[in-house]
Amino acid sequence: MTATVEPEIGKARLRKEDARLITGDTRWTDNIQMAGMLHMAVLRSPMAHARITSVDVTAAAAMPGVLLVLTGEDVAEEQGSLPCAWPITEDMLAPPAPSLAVGEVNFAGEGVAVVIARSDYEAHDALAAIDVEYDELPVVLDMKAALADGADLVHPDLGTNKSATWVFDSAEAGTGSDVDQAIADAEVTVTRTFRQQRLIPAFMEPRSVVVDPGGGSITMWSATQVPHILRWMLAAVLGIPEHKVRVIAPDVGGGFGGKLQVTPEEVLTLLVARRLGKPVKWTESRTESMLSAHHGRDQVQELTITARRDGTVTGLKVDLLADMGAYLRLVTPGVPILGAFMFNAIYKFPAYRFTCVNVFTNKVPTDAYRGAGRPEATFAIERMMDELAAELGVEPMELRRKNWIKHEEFPFTTVCGLTYDSGNYEAATDRAMELFGYEELRREQARRRESGDPVQLGIGISTFTEMCGLAPSRVLGSLRYGAGGWEHAAIRMLPTGKVELITGTSPHGQGHETAWSQIVADRLGVPFEDVEVLHGDTQSSHKGMDSYGSRSLAVGGTAIVLAADKVLAKARTLAAHLMECSESDVDFSNGQFSVRGTGTSTALTDVVLAAHVAHNLPDGMEPGMDAESTFDPTNFSFPHGTHLCATEVDTETGAVKIHSYVCVDDIGEVVNPLIVEGQVHGGLAQGIAQALFEEAVHDESGTLTTATLADYLVPTAADLPHFTTDRTVTPADSNPLGVKGVGEAGTIASTPAVVNAIIDAVRHLGVTDVEMPCTPMRVWKAVHEGKERGVPTTPVAAGGLGSIDAQGGAE
Amino acid sequence: MRITVNVDGVGYTDDVEPRTLLVHYLRERLGKTGTVVGCDTSNCGACTVHLDGHSVKSCSVFAVQADRHEVTTIEGLARDGKLHPVQRAFHENHALQCGFCTPGMIMQSLDLIADHPDPDEETVRKGLEGNLCRCTGYQNIVKAVRDAAHHMRPGAGPEAEQVTEETRSPSHAGGGE
Repeated sequence: MTATVEPEIGKARLRKEDARLITGDTRWTDNIQMAGMLHMAVLRSPMAHARITSVDVTAAAAMPGVLLVLTGEDVAEEQGSLPCAWPITEDMLAPPAPSLAVGEVNFAGEGVAVVIARSDYEAHDALAAIDVEYDELPVVLDMKAALADGADLVHPDLGTNKSATWVFDSAEAGTGSDVDQAIADAEVTVTRTFRQQRLIPAFMEPRSVVVDPGGGSITMWSATQVPHILRWMLAAVLGIPEHKVRVIAPDVGGGFGGKLQVTPEEVLTLLVARRLGKPVKWTESRTESMLSAHHGRDQVQELTITARRDGTVTGLKVDLLADMGAYLRLVTPGVPILGAFMFNAIYKFPAYRFTCVNVFTNKVPTDAYRGAGRPEATFAIERMMDELAAELGVEPMELRRKNWIKHEEFPFTTVCGLTYDSGNYEAATDRAMELFGYEELRREQARRRESGDPVQLGIGISTFTEMCGLAPSRVLGSLRYGAGGWEHAAIRMLPTGKVELITGTSPHGQGHETAWSQIVADRLGVPFEDVEVLHGDTQSSHKGMDSYGSRSLAVGGTAIVLAADKVLAKARTLAAHLMECSESDVDFSNGQFSVRGTGTSTALTDVVLAAHVAHNLPDGMEPGMDAESTFDPTNFSFPHGTHLCATEVDTETGAVKIHSYVCVDDIGEVVNPLIVEGQVHGGLAQGIAQALFEEAVHDESGTLTTATLADYLVPTAADLPHFTTDRTVTPADSNPLGVKGVGEAGTIASTPAVVNAIIDAVRHLGVTDVEMPCTPMRVWKAVHEGKERGVPTTPVAAGGLGSIDAQGGAE
Repeated sequence: MRITVNVDGVGYTDDVEPRTLLVHYLRERLGKTGTVVGCDTSNCGACTVHLDGHSVKSCSVFAVQADRHEVTTIEGLARDGKLHPVQRAFHENHALQCGFCTPGMIMQSLDLIADHPDPDEETVRKGLEGNLCRCTGYQNIVKAVRDAAHHMRPGAGPEAEQVTEETRSPSHAGGGE
């Protein structure tokens, strides 16, 4: 065995995963072909709200290749209700959530019937032959209108469009003082309303499901982030014994929270495969994905911040309306609650109240999308800090410095009762400002203002933190979440010295096979190449809580460390036995056990083989050297960083160009800097996309007008700038690796940096807000219609084909 | 309709429905599942392959249009276990995460480098405008393409040139169905 010399942790290892991905030797769900496999296609409602008066499938059932056509009525008895695992309040209202609509449709895109045919083409041909008659019902789209007295109702049986009201009050919780008092006493008060537009996760691999009902149990392959949760929920929803269901997440092409779901199509594919006794595949088109897979964000945020004239913040009041869409999916109601603890961010607010009203509308349900609740919170507070700075006439970074938690004040318990274990906002900010050339850019900004340059320069700041590493199970329990937040790892020491690491995390682009191999190699002193990471199959990896919420490394990685430590503890005992010495005299480094003060040593691989053959073990020791561990964190982790964006805003056209973007993130210790940098880049792209490009737009009848990638503007390479990234390292105290998590940081931090930069460029022209996405039209209007400044413009598409209005003018 | 197509150096003859898209023919009939479908409006570019050495979106080409032509997919780039310089550059520059866009991105990059042997950043960004990636923010893709171009530039050594030559004109005809 080769001893590892350079520490594996911290090394920029090239990824193991790449070998199959760059050669096309991949295992996407849609690649699966099986003998006799059938194909399912879903007929979707064009109506956002309607009674289904009749469904005639006669013609469709007679089409070539068609084996079965099913309507909602046909599966009503067996489909159950799709699960919502997060009933945020005791009195939360939740309508039944059928996989296939029965009697009524509640959003455009909801499944109404399915066709199962011998080929995908034949299945889709038959969809066109299904005749559905709808009786239109009033469509509920706007949250404020939905809450008004006498409003039309999405679910009349519930008697209201309000699902739940969730409140956190620092005075009531005993974690701070009363925000109403703070407002009454305030020297300065600023109130703003922001709109978090609805976004579409837009993972590149469309969702796909294959179910094989043969062999006495059910095997499901799905493009999912959550194979373990999916297995559990399928058993719970359909009453199938859990041990008779196996779920496999093979190669999964991105998720961003969008594949953190138990979908109607997973349930339906299973039901039809079971009914026909044949393997069945369903793969969505992109348009289906955009119409029916869950969306993200969609909040209206009203904030009031109070401060003393010297800039010290004294209180923060947050009132949210959160759009649930038509149903509560897996964690739909909990997403805004994840933001509840983050509005106070890095600042020392003494008083805080958060109130969130969850509202039903006739739109596709919302649920997790990269950051889930925390980008919304970060956006709002970072925008407010800039607004407060403008109100006070102070430099926005100075205002932040005055109010943030100083590095010597950690650990710090916030007004929400969370304890931030570590951080150094000064260090990250200083580094970012240096890389950015902050002072020079301010001078350039002043020059352009003075000369009346039509292209103005703005600087946007976002000094963010987030809570991730989801999550301590007890905390989740106290928030009424239905599951725990632990993670599991098992290590199999094979007789030849190779290692299998089994993880409950479920990667879909994050590079766990590489990073987890590094952790194992580091702890056990085995070569990186000798570690194989097994994941995403509930048969081999039976126990796990999957990947989301920047949890995989902080929670799952820690489980690996603990499992490796168990391997070493047992190996040390056996090594001492084999070398005939006391265990306390045994040292371990680089894969070798040695007797202190002697030349005697034995390799871990030899000890593993000895454990495997079991010829000479201490009395009572079991053969083998495998170990497993389940780690439940005691705290979240709190990455932070300073993001700085300079934008050029053309006041004549409204066009926004990112001049430069610098971020310095502190995500604690780093296992693989290459992967970390990639996560930051991708996160920035998604956050910038929210600021500038993306929006799910519905017309007045509830039809999604941005249901293709021509209309929903996922940025291209030409739309994005070069990013300058760097890191500071303040290790987390909450886990032995000192890691915090990086999956969501870029997305959480970047959106307000960009919007703050746009406002900063044109604030002197009377602009105090531009609604996202900041399209040229919106920016131009904000600049030129001073009277309407700060007033939200009509929501329209961001500029694709779908945004062309009836008069032919593109917004 | 009966078509004869050379895919990654192997000749195939098949009866296909006229409406069959090239990408579906590749994936479902030939098992060339390295090429994937990411959208239905030809915006994402995940299905990009080469038709007679030039990149096309195989979701926008009927299989019958490939009759008597040569198709190169991501699966035909590596030769004798040796990665193509563009594949290697994507690996070495961490230009992929989930990897779903990667086959199309690599095939389009090859086309781009053929047109621009030494592309600057802006040329790469514009040249990849028809290929979407949701994971990387494109920065490392841009880096990889420029790195690959550097390794493939004239005078970069006969090895890189040779691989490129093979890629652009598959010559292993024969066999197959």
